[in-house]
Amino acid sequence: MNSLRSLYDSLKKRGLTPDQQRVIEFELRLAEDDCAGPAAHAPIAAPRDWSLCGWNDLALMDDGSPASLIPLSSLNTLDALLERDKQREEDGFPRKIRVGRMMKPGRNGSDKVVVVPSTVEEKLIHDQVKAHEDGEGEGEAEGGTGEGEEGEVIGEQPVRQEQGPGDSGAGQGEGGSHELESNAYDLGRILTEQFKLPNLKDKGKKRSLTRYTYDLTDKNRGFGQILDKKATLRRILQTNIGLGRISGQERVDPLDLMIAPRDRVYRILSREKDYESQAMVFFVRDYSGSMSGKPTELIVSQHVLIYSWLAYQYQNQVKTRFILHDTEAREVVNFHTYANLRVAGGTQVASAYRLVNKLVEGENLEQDYNIYVFHGTDGDDWDTKGEESLPELRKMLRYAARVGITIAENGYGVSGKSEVERYVRKSGLLDERNDLLRLDVMSKDSNEGRVIEGIKHLIS
Amino acid sequence: MELISQHAKKIMEGCKERARDAGLSFQDESLEYIVTNRDLLQLSPKMMIPTLYDYWVQDVEVLKEQGRYELYPNNPYETVINTRPPISYYNDNNPDWLNVMIFYHVIGHIDFFQNNIFFRHTWDYDFTGRALSDKRLFAKLRSEKGRWVDYIIEFSRAVDNLVGYFDVLAGMEKTASSGVEAMIDYYFDVFLQKNKKAVTRYVREIELYNKMMHDDPVGAERRFLDSVKSRHPEFESLYDKSRKEKKPREGIDILQFLMHYSPFLNREDNRWMLTVLEVIRSTSLYFQPQIRTKIMNEGWASYWHEKLFLGDDRIGGHEVDYAIVNAKVTSMPRIGLNPYALGMRLFDYLEEKAEKGKISFDYYRIEDKYRRRQYDRKTGRGREFIFSVRENSADSMFINSFIDQDFVDRHRLFVAGKRFNKERMTWQYYVKSRRAEDYRQMVADSLYHPPLVKVSVDDDGTLVLNHVFEGKPLVREYIDATMMGLEFLWGGNVCLYTSEPVPVKTEADQEATVKTERPKQEISWKRFRYTMSGRKLARELIEVHGQRE
Repeated sequence: MNSLRSLYDSLKKRGLTPDQQRVIEFELRLAEDDCAGPAAHAPIAAPRDWSLCGWNDLALMDDGSPASLIPLSSLNTLDALLERDKQREEDGFPRKIRVGRMMKPGRNGSDKVVVVPSTVEEKLIHDQVKAHEDGEGEGEAEGGTGEGEEGEVIGEQPVRQEQGPGDSGAGQGEGGSHELESNAYDLGRILTEQFKLPNLKDKGKKRSLTRYTYDLTDKNRGFGQILDKKATLRRILQTNIGLGRISGQERVDPLDLMIAPRDRVYRILSREKDYESQAMVFFVRDYSGSMSGKPTELIVSQHVLIYSWLAYQYQNQVKTRFILHDTEAREVVNFHTYANLRVAGGTQVASAYRLVNKLVEGENLEQDYNIYVFHGTDGDDWDTKGEESLPELRKMLRYAARVGITIAENGYGVSGKSEVERYVRKSGLLDERNDLLRLDVMSKDSNEGRVIEGIKHLIS
Repeated sequence: MELISQHAKKIMEGCKERARDAGLSFQDESLEYIVTNRDLLQLSPKMMIPTLYDYWVQDVEVLKEQGRYELYPNNPYETVINTRPPISYYNDNNPDWLNVMIFYHVIGHIDFFQNNIFFRHTWDYDFTGRALSDKRLFAKLRSEKGRWVDYIIEFSRAVDNLVGYFDVLAGMEKTASSGVEAMIDYYFDVFLQKNKKAVTRYVREIELYNKMMHDDPVGAERRFLDSVKSRHPEFESLYDKSRKEKKPREGIDILQFLMHYSPFLNREDNRWMLTVLEVIRSTSLYFQPQIRTKIMNEGWASYWHEKLFLGDDRIGGHEVDYAIVNAKVTSMPRIGLNPYALGMRLFDYLEEKAEKGKISFDYYRIEDKYRRRQYDRKTGRGREFIFSVRENSADSMFINSFIDQDFVDRHRLFVAGKRFNKERMTWQYYVKSRRAEDYRQMVADSLYHPPLVKVSVDDDGTLVLNHVFEGKPLVREYIDATMMGLEFLWGGNVCLYTSEPVPVKTEADQEATVKTERPKQEISWKRFRYTMSGRKLARELIEVHGQRE
């Protein structure tokens, strides 16, 4: 903390406006307030029990047998629904369907993501009185039964913790983000098609290196060289589900299954293009104290969408790097950590830019990839004039295919006057390098529509 | 979806006989279906009514549930629906003894649906049949009007929680307001109070009326009116004039109001929209009592499955299996509010109290704790009492009238609080209060309570919604879309008055903000007006009320 203090003092000597001082002191106090701990300012909603109507007969009245899995196939109406939504816009009503992501946090960061549409039926209904901005403090009262004096604590439930901060540094196992990718492509397609996100006009100067290899990769039904057992079994199951011979409840007897000739799937030799990743995306996020709550949420959700869009544009040939910064920058391994890690420190944007530049130089990435950098921040920067950030940014613009800066205002400062916004605008880079650098500023209560608008601006 | 087996159906019929003997009353026929999880996925957005009209939001729900199912497979839905005959849904792999238990539970629900007066407006028709014809109507309209049908459905559904449910129930009691009675009402309610402002005269007239009623109950009203007419020659013409005036254009049932007064909907080529509004409104009215009787309904069903199952001679030997399932359903959770458990315990408690004659003035007059405990009149009327409770109450009455300190003490209930502990980074649960009033308040707060919105028209044809302040704001993000729909249905500007909390900023707060970032904020309630005009929403502050310093 002393280093922060001394940094602050040196900044003060160079001269700060009262507003800037206020912001910096605020962050300093957050950082120094030890009892607050790193996650104390994180937006944690009080855990809620089932509502009254959550209790129902079918859930309660069974004999405890596990829920039986059933074959579910998609109804394939998502596209039709989105089509309808587009029509709404033409009729002069706002869109209603949001393409949502459901994330089930898994262990060691392997989140499973499913793309689902969602919509709300807006009604005039009562809201809770929010005494606190982000739902911290005292939760709603609930019922209870059993022993205990008034005032006695009868149990506690841990707040969802961030991952241990010890796992920094690149190259620690991979995995993690794989599950994200499988759906990111779908999401990217939907975004591109339905929300009219532009296609990349020029995918950059780096052509992908393609080689041809010969491998047993193509699949053929009916005949071929090697029987693909897994794929064959899958087809057999599909056939039998279709015939109604398999239902969720009973055990499947493999002897009983019907096998159609075309269910056999074989691998055959074929010529394959060997792709290499064309794009490298750096996601950079400010995780300092002032980012707590809504700004973080907005930035993270925008970065997921950008990632999805790029995954679609580059046919999944995208590599990602995640960088977090406060006064110092660090690289984290996976998206989960990237999205959830919080500290209460100060803010120095330059540190992150410097790290990106260092990585690009050190690993000679410039040669092999189209490099994208997306930076999300609330706009605070202790380096108020951008004396350190701007040179780094200029350097970055030399190699990057696109740098997108998103400022999600935290509401503490004056709107439209955050440090980063001010010095980036002042530097003239926005006009000078309009083809490469984009800046998007949104307020803290932006909705998903606004976030997508922002992406359009950043990438168009 | 298929019907349950004949074997299971026979068990069900046996259950019905035993339930009838115990005093429950319900119709003879009922339908039982086996459903798979897939059926449930599709039924739940339709509130388990298989014939409910189609609407795209339901498709979204199905897709969403499907996605959810991939991540978290489970299946929580309602099982019995209040139709004629009642329909209930089952998993197909239940053993017989479990079916017996569930059947009794279902019969409890059916008895409740068919006897509780809050369901009175659903007694005279079969909702599945009606829903089916509505569904066909919508399908036909869609073939003619296309997507506009869905817009009308959407806009109507946006206010379908604000139906005049209690007015509908009250209207079933009331006789037509015309003729002599209406004239007398007019005399007392309007004529005397508005035209001649004199309290003493009002009282004198009431006395006169009562005296005449006492002397001659049959012809009194007519004779009274004659005397009024002779004393006030202008009375009759004023009455006629008031009848001719359009009814006071104010109400709380927005859909009904729109159907009556919206110039847009009543245009010749838009009249088809009225039928859509009516379908949405009647569907909503049908579901209103369910949500208002959750604790009673589940409590009643649980009370009876327990009583009847344990007395059933057919399933001896399965008491332990039963106990496990039953405990899951009806145990009081350490934290949380289980409507099954709470409702069942309250019925048990009331039965015992009534049995001992403790629901009486004599009992309440006793102040001695010991004598209270020993009090037992052996009235033998416990059952009778809970039957009358199940007939005449809804959740709010049930909770507010019957949860008392004895009940809270007996079951060691408490209000659990939650607070955030920064040092330990946990949510701590603690016993907040064991007082009956607090417990009652906590349960009452969790009950369904839609906002009360009065609707009227002002002089320049703007539809005015007045949200009556009850200590809670409206969900602000939803106001825009709701009002846009209303503007469309009304065909003109719409404005909404509502109260919202505004944080009070003081100097001390500013200081605190820096220190803890999250100070306890004082709020004051301010009245705002939202105006929707040309699909643009504007918000403005209009007055200050209830500011706390």
